[in-house]
Amino acid sequence: MNGFLAILRRDLSLALRQGADSVMVVAFFIVTTTLFPFGVGPEVNILARIASGVIWVSALLAAMLSLERVFQADYEDGSLELLTLSPVSLELLILGKVLAHWLTTGLPLIIAAPLMAVMLNMDQNGFAILMIAMLLGTPALSLIGAIGAALILGARRGGVLVSLLVLPLYIPVLIFGAGAVEAALLGISATAQLQIMAAILLLTLAAAPFATAHAVRQAME
Amino acid sequence: MADFSGSDLTCLRGERLVFGGLSFSAKSGDAVMLRGRNGAGKSSLLRLMAGLLAPRSGALCWNGENISDDRAAHHARTHYLGHQDAIKPVLTVRDNLRLWGQLRGVAALEAAIDRALNALQIHHLSRVTGRYLSSGQKRRTALARILIGDSHLWLLDEPTVGLDRESCAELAQLIAEFRANGGIVVYSTHIDLDVENPTILDLDDFAIPMVEWLAEQDDIEDMAPTKGTPTSQEAAQ
Repeated sequence: MNGFLAILRRDLSLALRQGADSVMVVAFFIVTTTLFPFGVGPEVNILARIASGVIWVSALLAAMLSLERVFQADYEDGSLELLTLSPVSLELLILGKVLAHWLTTGLPLIIAAPLMAVMLNMDQNGFAILMIAMLLGTPALSLIGAIGAALILGARRGGVLVSLLVLPLYIPVLIFGAGAVEAALLGISATAQLQIMAAILLLTLAAAPFATAHAVRQAME
Repeated sequence: MADFSGSDLTCLRGERLVFGGLSFSAKSGDAVMLRGRNGAGKSSLLRLMAGLLAPRSGALCWNGENISDDRAAHHARTHYLGHQDAIKPVLTVRDNLRLWGQLRGVAALEAAIDRALNALQIHHLSRVTGRYLSSGQKRRTALARILIGDSHLWLLDEPTVGLDRESCAELAQLIAEFRANGGIVVYSTHIDLDVENPTILDLDDFAIPMVEWLAEQDDIEDMAPTKGTPTSQEAAQ
């Protein structure tokens, strides 16, 4: 457990000192969301109708933007090698890194999401469910993304590759995340969608660290 | 008394056979110096020993137990120093070292870091961030890492790169102290490092052309059925 906290603390202090990543992710999220009113026109009814989908798609793209950096810096300076060789299990260390990634990118997205919902004229009934759905969905995005980030280590043009690998795997989160908000807007219960999102989160929490650790070990060969 | 040995190791990188049939043995207090031309597999052997690579065939054993049986235990007793220094430019020397100590669960970590920094004479740099270090200072910081926490095996891949003559002498001194305490050191170097009577392992001796190795593998496969046939005939009779 100490190892988990140690890597979490280090990654957070690195993110704090470099800062750019979190800001960039949120800025990207805001800019992408803002593009839609320009594209589809400023009619409030249409915007309200597509708001949940737009917010989710933008969040997905923004989360993906930061993935390449999850392991790349550690891979380049040799830290990843030493993490692999540490007596603490690599799966636990990866979980620590993923948690740090979520705290620095997922959490700011959740905070920015209601602002974008207001801009897109989403009905207030959907706000609470949007936040809950993102709280369940974004950690799953970080966990799935870590697998992709580990698989591209050592590849040229990894950024493009990681999107191709990871985006299809994000589809379930998108479907149920947007679905939950739709249900809330229609005034029906969103419990089913939220439960499925919780299930996706638990599944990725159990499986992703192992898959990621395997990919990292492969990259060390 | 610890014993670290490898038997009949073959290392295959991509489609290239780096070395084959390599065996070695080292006991507490021993130093093994790896020699060989560029590409002979010095780094590969050290990575095999660290557990970063898996051998194509053969086994590495610590006190008779295969290191892949209990990786955590092997990692806990081993310090590996690769080509890279693993120093984060935005963290101070002390913060850089702290993580590796924490991952090893070192007790009284701050004192241990102080001792390591003093041993490499970089204590005055402890609050300097990584980006302002010279390459020699980075290397010393990386060397300080291997002094933190108990270990029984040092795997040093070109530890002298970037070090001045004085630091090399200090490194030799650290190696001598580590051996006196029962540690095993395996290292590769291009310059003469003043280490007392090391066992020399010349990797050029274990280079085998791919063609020969493949032929050997075929022989083994060919032999298997021919050995099997008489027994089945005997069984039939």
